Amino acid sequence: MKQYRPDEEVDFLVIGAGAAGGIMAKELTTAGFSVVVLEQGPYQREKDFEHDEIKNIVLSGMTNQLGREPHTYRASESETAKVPNQKFIQYGRQVGGGSVHFTANYWRLWESDFHQKSKFGSVAGAALADWPITYADLEPYYTKTEEELGVSGLAGANPFEAWRSKPYPLPPLPVKSSGVLFERATRKLGLHPFPTPMAILSQPYRGRGACLHCGFCEYFGCEVRAKSSTLATVIPIAEKTGRCEIRPNSYTRKIETNPDGRVTGAVYFDAGRREVFQRAKCVVVCANGSETPRLLLMSASNRFPHGLANSNGLVGKYLMVDAGYEVHGTFEHPLNEYKSIQATRVIHDFYEPDPKRGFYGGGGIDARFDFYPVSFALAGLPPDAPQWGSEWKAMIGRNFNRTMTLLAHATCLAREQNSISLDPNLKDAWGLPAMRVTFDFHPDDVSNMKFLLDRQMEIMQAAGAQKAWPDTGDNALVPHNHLLGTCRMGNDRKTSVVDRYHRTHDVPNLFLVDGSSLVTACCQPTCTIQTLAYRAADHLAQQARQNAI
Amino acid sequence: MSHVPLTRRHLLALSPFAAAIVAAQQHAHQAARSTPPPPLSVLLPQEAQEIEAIAAQIIPADDTPGAREAGVIYFIDRALATFDQDKRAIYTDGLKDTQAKRAALFPSSQSIAALQPAEQIRLLQAIEKTAFFDLVRTHTVLAFFGDPKYGGNRDQIGWKLIGFEDRFHFEPPFGYYDAEPKA
Repeated sequence: MKQYRPDEEVDFLVIGAGAAGGIMAKELTTAGFSVVVLEQGPYQREKDFEHDEIKNIVLSGMTNQLGREPHTYRASESETAKVPNQKFIQYGRQVGGGSVHFTANYWRLWESDFHQKSKFGSVAGAALADWPITYADLEPYYTKTEEELGVSGLAGANPFEAWRSKPYPLPPLPVKSSGVLFERATRKLGLHPFPTPMAILSQPYRGRGACLHCGFCEYFGCEVRAKSSTLATVIPIAEKTGRCEIRPNSYTRKIETNPDGRVTGAVYFDAGRREVFQRAKCVVVCANGSETPRLLLMSASNRFPHGLANSNGLVGKYLMVDAGYEVHGTFEHPLNEYKSIQATRVIHDFYEPDPKRGFYGGGGIDARFDFYPVSFALAGLPPDAPQWGSEWKAMIGRNFNRTMTLLAHATCLAREQNSISLDPNLKDAWGLPAMRVTFDFHPDDVSNMKFLLDRQMEIMQAAGAQKAWPDTGDNALVPHNHLLGTCRMGNDRKTSVVDRYHRTHDVPNLFLVDGSSLVTACCQPTCTIQTLAYRAADHLAQQARQNAI
Repeated sequence: MSHVPLTRRHLLALSPFAAAIVAAQQHAHQAARSTPPPPLSVLLPQEAQEIEAIAAQIIPADDTPGAREAGVIYFIDRALATFDQDKRAIYTDGLKDTQAKRAALFPSSQSIAALQPAEQIRLLQAIEKTAFFDLVRTHTVLAFFGDPKYGGNRDQIGWKLIGFEDRFHFEPPFGYYDAEPKA
């Protein structure tokens, strides 16, 4: 791999080698630019991946750890934030980021997602807004994303889906028993099930092999590179150009600026916790919707006293997260759901908000199983089941292969008081201010989740479940993996942080490309985040060639 | 899932450093290689006997093996030596309280391990709302259903109970309903 000296001024410094950063690295290096990518996590390869639930799930092997990089949480600004018992937010922490261990649900947004405010009007207590771009702006890039990374699905099977210029590059993966039961039930109810689009290969594609159905997708890295993570797809292409250096275990603490108000590079801690300053002509932050605003806030200086790109005070605000409950059900015959990908069938019938429901919101519902042996034994039985002893043991033995789940993927409204900020007291293991999360769902989000829960129970019952129960306990919704909206994209510099091409309004050579750009949040964001990255990279390369950065 | 220390995405509130994960695995690898049974590094023999008696009622041996046969106690010892070092006091204090409860319930008894099974169950019912019991239960489940390399789930006893196979390759059909002919 190419190596640059820190005092060498590279064309682009990308911070975060995840879902978006991997694409920026590939697109910018293949366009001829020099790129250094700083990644706070390690460089794990396929040989390092294991089917080890204790390592990956219990001990957070691929994600942020509360002991090492803690965050605090509070529901509202009037409370003092505390380190929660469970992680409130969770993000991938290795080369490839969350795309390495994600479930790989890969949904495009609808056309209407881009103009929700125009369509439904304002929502009291929320900052609902239109995007500065449309589905048509993104469609060519959605197609490029699906083709470059490798996505399996069936075009036209979802009667509600937005227009697409090409079908999916790969056919859907095989349906599981949960998908068959879900399909029968939803059709009986007059709904429209379709194969879940997945960033997992159903057939060999571009030098990678097809899924072998081992079942270890969510929380795990794919040993056979069938999951279309940036680690398996674009990062090797970037490295092959000879212009890309990925620096793992490199934890950025500050983006530096010069007296002209332009960024000059970033200071990071290397693996030995030594400070290094890497010079760059342009900095692209792809550190996810929580770490990106935190880094900007940590980059405060005399010239930017409230944090970088934060003249309007909106950096970190409007945090949106994944929403939606799970319903579990048991069936007479074995489903063996632990095999193969987590989800195979989904509906979008309730995706679009409907004013007749009396609240703003909507979402998809899919059939899935995201338990593994330990998590099932701890949390897979109905609430009235015994917790230990002979009867419990017999139930675990019987139910593991007879249980399936329906998960709602729901909208989350942006609210100004929901935010990422710096904790005034707590420090991480490097001595940097810990992240503070302030978050509480909008009442409409809560109504919407309840509405979807009722639909989930109807479907589970129509599927013939012997027993069905909702999982709505205190911790049912955490940790949140979709961290969105905290550096919102917009045309107006008073109400947004980046412009329609992800350039910060305040700093001409600073770009933010990740979940923080999203204006609204529905359902499954990774496909859109990566598509935005392709579009942003295209624009950045053009601008760089014209010396317009 | 509020009834267990777990979340929708099934995440426990354990937050060690990566080094501790490796240490736990290495520890257990060595333990697995050594015969007779590996020495305990944290728990005293008498403590281990009592905790094992509790674990053996959480997952009892009946028509299939239970926690004792799966080597759960070795997992717990490794956990307290590595990623759950900070939870040692919960065991020490919890065991003390449980012994007091035992002496109150069964004045002539000498130890938890020496109680009759029905008495052990009664004792655990009396402490099942405590943080100590919750931790022993969680550790017992982790040990019984987690990767055998951590010292528990010996001979994949836990995985056999639930019908889970750790393989890299399966072929459809996976279950009963996707094997049925299309209606």
